[in-house]
Amino acid sequence: MYNSPCRKLTGLVGVSILQSLENAAQARLCSWDLVQLCRSSTSKWITFQHCNFLKRQYVTKTTEACQRAKPKQEALTTPLVKQHPHLQDETVIRQVQQISAIDQHPSSVQSSKETPTQDTERASSDEDPSTAQETRQWKEIKVMLGDLPGIYARLSKIRLTALVVMTASAGYAMAPVPFDPSCFLLASLGTGLASCAANSINQYFEVPFDSNMNRTKNRPLVRGQISPLHAVSFAAACAVPGITLLALTVNPLTGALGALNLFLYTCCYTPLKRLSITNTWVGAVVGAIPPVMGWTAATGSLDVGALLLGGILYSWQFPHFNALSWNLREDYSRGGYRMMSVTHPALCRRVALRHSLALIGLSVLAPALDVTSWTFPLISLPINLYISYLGYSFYRDADRSSARKLFFCSLWHLPMLLLLMLTCKNHGWTRKTDPWLTV
Amino acid sequence: MSRSGFGATLSRLLLQNRHGSRVLNHVGSLTAPRPFCSESDPRSRGRIKQALPGVSSFTPPANSSHDWVGPPDRMSNLRPIKYHIPEYESPLESRLRKLRQETEDWNHQFWTNQNISFSKEKEGFIYSCLKEKGLELRDEDGRKRTLSADEMAEFYKEFLNKNHQKHSVYNKEWYMRNFTITFLMGRVALLKAWRKLGWRQQDPKLK
Repeated sequence: MYNSPCRKLTGLVGVSILQSLENAAQARLCSWDLVQLCRSSTSKWITFQHCNFLKRQYVTKTTEACQRAKPKQEALTTPLVKQHPHLQDETVIRQVQQISAIDQHPSSVQSSKETPTQDTERASSDEDPSTAQETRQWKEIKVMLGDLPGIYARLSKIRLTALVVMTASAGYAMAPVPFDPSCFLLASLGTGLASCAANSINQYFEVPFDSNMNRTKNRPLVRGQISPLHAVSFAAACAVPGITLLALTVNPLTGALGALNLFLYTCCYTPLKRLSITNTWVGAVVGAIPPVMGWTAATGSLDVGALLLGGILYSWQFPHFNALSWNLREDYSRGGYRMMSVTHPALCRRVALRHSLALIGLSVLAPALDVTSWTFPLISLPINLYISYLGYSFYRDADRSSARKLFFCSLWHLPMLLLLMLTCKNHGWTRKTDPWLTV
Repeated sequence: MSRSGFGATLSRLLLQNRHGSRVLNHVGSLTAPRPFCSESDPRSRGRIKQALPGVSSFTPPANSSHDWVGPPDRMSNLRPIKYHIPEYESPLESRLRKLRQETEDWNHQFWTNQNISFSKEKEGFIYSCLKEKGLELRDEDGRKRTLSADEMAEFYKEFLNKNHQKHSVYNKEWYMRNFTITFLMGRVALLKAWRKLGWRQQDPKLK
């Protein structure tokens, strides 16, 4: 639900999804942020900024993935300006950037290129500036009220939460019942609060690991902006109202699913990441539950349609995350994260391919279960075939570029698929079962 | 670590007193606080700490009543914290502060070791692979040779598997310490609130 590199909506497709949903301004704001983000970023940064939406961010710049693992005497790693799929000149670029890095960070350790005599001279003359620089970097741990919204947004991974709420909304919209705006809003709010709580607890558990990975080192707990107690209190303050809201104002089933998902994410997935590769499967279930919650919020029961939607999200997680994790192997290895891409690379590629193909099967199943019309498997076939093709390339080639292509394809594939599904929603089913409706 | 071991260690952490903080040293396999730890030295308040390598000489201003957090450490990437020692520090607050300091040092040690051994073993692996191929470490232009992602993947897998047990032990210890610290922080927060409430009740003029 919260952690996986899944649920990434590209700006443009996200906007179109929102237009098709009878949605509140909340989602529109989020889509506007997405569009702004894509427009304002340069091509170099789009990949990095884009991935900010995701818990598992895709580090396309090699040296960004290389969080400083070496003692300071060795080369500093700074983000590459340009990237190569097979980085042959890594060390040259690193050395070149050392010089610029030293200019940018005068307090950082002297480069290994300097001679010992220069070292002593620099040491004596640079001591005061470097100490002063270091002193400036120390911050008082005092929470200002004005900072809190920003801190809470980062703590709850607000963008990922928004994407989770969107998948839940899609689940609600796909349910074959009349649209109830109040129920929809309450379900979205409850899901959002539960997601905030889960993400906060996840960050609370992972402080030292996050410190050592480049993409997660600016989180509030890592930076010491708030205390662990504060983070836990925030999580409790989100979880209790969120689950209660779902259980009492929507229906108990949705509340139970929300609580289950919260538990799965915080107590199963998060610890499992460091113990066993089964964390990926647990994470896929976590990602599959929000649309099921949306459906049960609308209908009050766990129909086959809900399970189908959950199944589509579940299958989608694998090509998405396996492709992402392929290029983060160094970070995972150093940080002690047990991921398939590191320990069982062949399995990683096989599973990604298998589930890309499964998406075709599930799309065909949708009309068979009366969730959509038969147009859906036809119009979704091109994108499903494309992702399967990329899955096959990844399986065959197992290199950086095929992994990257598969990952980026998954980013737009899911919103597109959900959008097509919505357009092919089986309204006729509703009319058949409820003759009082004049749809 | 068995369940009983986990539970026993957790209860020991929660029940131990100020002077029993040294017991923590024996918990887990990686505890060895830095020698410059100042958690039990009230004289360190307001003084410049000795500048050992990796230790900051920063001292918070005397009028500050909050903790201070510093830049990420060069080796461990963890941010050090300078804890404020209040004038009337209760035993509970003292225990919390010491536990946090000790956990910080323990974490720093673990991740420093981890990062250093990773980079050393990586260099060693690259060197041995290149040697097998009959290549030198640096090519004709003096640039360091690197291996392809597939070749490095073998190293990453080996390193991760080799450190599995170490990480497993570390994780358990970390979760335990994290819970204990948060629990103590909760107790301290309640204590402070109670104190404030009690003080206000005693002095109605301040209401």
